Amino acid sequence: MLDKTHATPGFNGPGYDYDYLVQDDRVHQSLYTDPAIFTAEMTHIFGAVWVYLAHESQIPKNDDFITARLGLRPIIVLRDSDGVIRALYNRCTHRGTTLCRLEKGSAHVFRCPYHGWTFNNTGKLRNVPWPDGYATDFKDSKFNVAQVPRVESYRGFIFGTLNLDAPSLSDYLGPVKGPIDEWLDRHPGGKVAICEANRLNYRGNWKLAYDNSCDGYHVVFSHRSLLDMENRLVDEADKGMSFYKGKPDQAPMYMKYFGHGHHYKDKRPNMEIKPGAMWAIEGPHPGMEHYEAELRRRLGSRADEALDLASSEPVNINVFPNFSILGNHIQVFEPLSVNETNAVWYGTAVVDDEGIWGDSLPLINALRMRTQEGFPNFGEVDDLANFEEIQRGLGAFEDEWVYMHRGMDIPGRITTDEHGVIKAPATDEMFMREYIKEWKRLMQTEPNIQIKREP
Amino acid sequence: MNLQTAHDPSRTSFYVNDALYDDVIASFTNWQRDDLAVTDPVERDLFRRLLEEEARLLDNDRLEDWLKLFAAECVYWVPATVTGGDPRREVAISFDDRRRMEDRVYRLRTGFAWSQKPKSRTVRLVSNVEVFRTGQDNVRMVRANFQICEFRGVETRYLPGWAGYRYVERNGRWEIQTRQINLLECDQCIRNPSIVI
Repeated sequence: MLDKTHATPGFNGPGYDYDYLVQDDRVHQSLYTDPAIFTAEMTHIFGAVWVYLAHESQIPKNDDFITARLGLRPIIVLRDSDGVIRALYNRCTHRGTTLCRLEKGSAHVFRCPYHGWTFNNTGKLRNVPWPDGYATDFKDSKFNVAQVPRVESYRGFIFGTLNLDAPSLSDYLGPVKGPIDEWLDRHPGGKVAICEANRLNYRGNWKLAYDNSCDGYHVVFSHRSLLDMENRLVDEADKGMSFYKGKPDQAPMYMKYFGHGHHYKDKRPNMEIKPGAMWAIEGPHPGMEHYEAELRRRLGSRADEALDLASSEPVNINVFPNFSILGNHIQVFEPLSVNETNAVWYGTAVVDDEGIWGDSLPLINALRMRTQEGFPNFGEVDDLANFEEIQRGLGAFEDEWVYMHRGMDIPGRITTDEHGVIKAPATDEMFMREYIKEWKRLMQTEPNIQIKREP
Repeated sequence: MNLQTAHDPSRTSFYVNDALYDDVIASFTNWQRDDLAVTDPVERDLFRRLLEEEARLLDNDRLEDWLKLFAAECVYWVPATVTGGDPRREVAISFDDRRRMEDRVYRLRTGFAWSQKPKSRTVRLVSNVEVFRTGQDNVRMVRANFQICEFRGVETRYLPGWAGYRYVERNGRWEIQTRQINLLECDQCIRNPSIVI
């Protein structure tokens, strides 16, 4: 049989027919390969919705800053001298030079290295060299650094949006706040601190990572080497994601779609509800036998709870478009071009302001650092290799379609509750179909993008 | 550190404890000192030869033989920051003990490590080898610059950096106790870091 194909999505004239490109069961390859679609995403997706920028623990004190990206826009996320969290465009209002070239630090002013224009960390222009050479009123706000007009935090996670018509961050997150709350609340004080990261890059479109973030179908195939490795020293393979073996769709784990592109995989129901259950499925990690013995000696019956804090929590909490909580990691997707993406796996540490764990806290974190290095080293690298091979495969561009129809049209398999939350078995592609519908809606909508300047 | 190990470090990890972390951090702090530099060409050449042998084993995919260069209780550390930091408080690109090094080799041998299918071909250049004395006669610190030329798929990329080694002599043989690999791009996003770096 021969297929008539539409290799170029603009086949129907100027503009893109997103109803053709995104169908119920499949999407067009151009979503991943067309530079014009990528450029449009930087406005219609990354300009239109709340985008994760940084965590408050990365800028703990006034004047602290960290550089980030909002889509492709270089941003300085900072706590100004009065403690207000802002996201400044990293761009001098004079000639467009980036003002800040460091990844993090502390500064109450930013002086442009090129001509010396100097700005307060509120973004307000402080002075320019030799002002008598200008006939200009530098009090005009147009000379103050542009900034993201809406910056809000949810329990330490800082998001920004350029879209004045976007809902509040809280409404945007909606029901995904539930899993985020549970994830935070298992930690003392309901918080974590960001530490260093496993920083990875792949030659593929950013959506390949988001497509994968709730995908339970790939686990035993893409991660076979990891599953084999972490079970090589045990008689019965029960470590890590072994619960995906056999019949994962009959397992109690599930996925949910929450609207606004956010989705969630909860693998905790596969385990007994008891302290130590998470620790029991951890594969081998450096120092685990020593620190387990030491924590048990010190803490007795509380040790299982401490060991669970060092264990990876089996959840994937995915906030569209660029933020995932996976295990204990905060994963941030940074699109660089239509076929290149950074995937940064920030480690998180337990903080214990109230001293619940006393001098056992450093032991818990020493263990937690090593557990967190496992997946990026032995799991994620294989996913990224597969994403790159998708990108390469899609170069066969007359073969137009990428399918995401697993679980579709099977009676009783997918359910929707009274709040509109959709639930499906662990290996379904329901979450892909749902989030890409939201993607399509956004691509067909003109966002009300504004930038702000200090008056 | 307890060299008379009661546990098999290929099976269990008791030796990665606070004492080891303290020891690793201390030994990798302020060690590249002119007054400790070994000038004897014979000794310098000994360690140069050991590094060249290691590079050859890795380039020839002799990973099991590479593991034999290490002390039973060893560390392979690739920091994610320029200063290294304290691995108890920060994740590293990797901080492997012996078991995890063996895990790493095991995974690459499964045939299902897609990031290494096809395998990378590498040539490793090792240079600027300097040897430093320590407070112990049977312990040397060695610094070398390296460049890994890695061909995979259709292109060759280059991973430059410098390595710090802590060698311990046991039964007349110098074994690697700690191998610290400092990539020039350690704090940047790295594509497919799946080979032994």
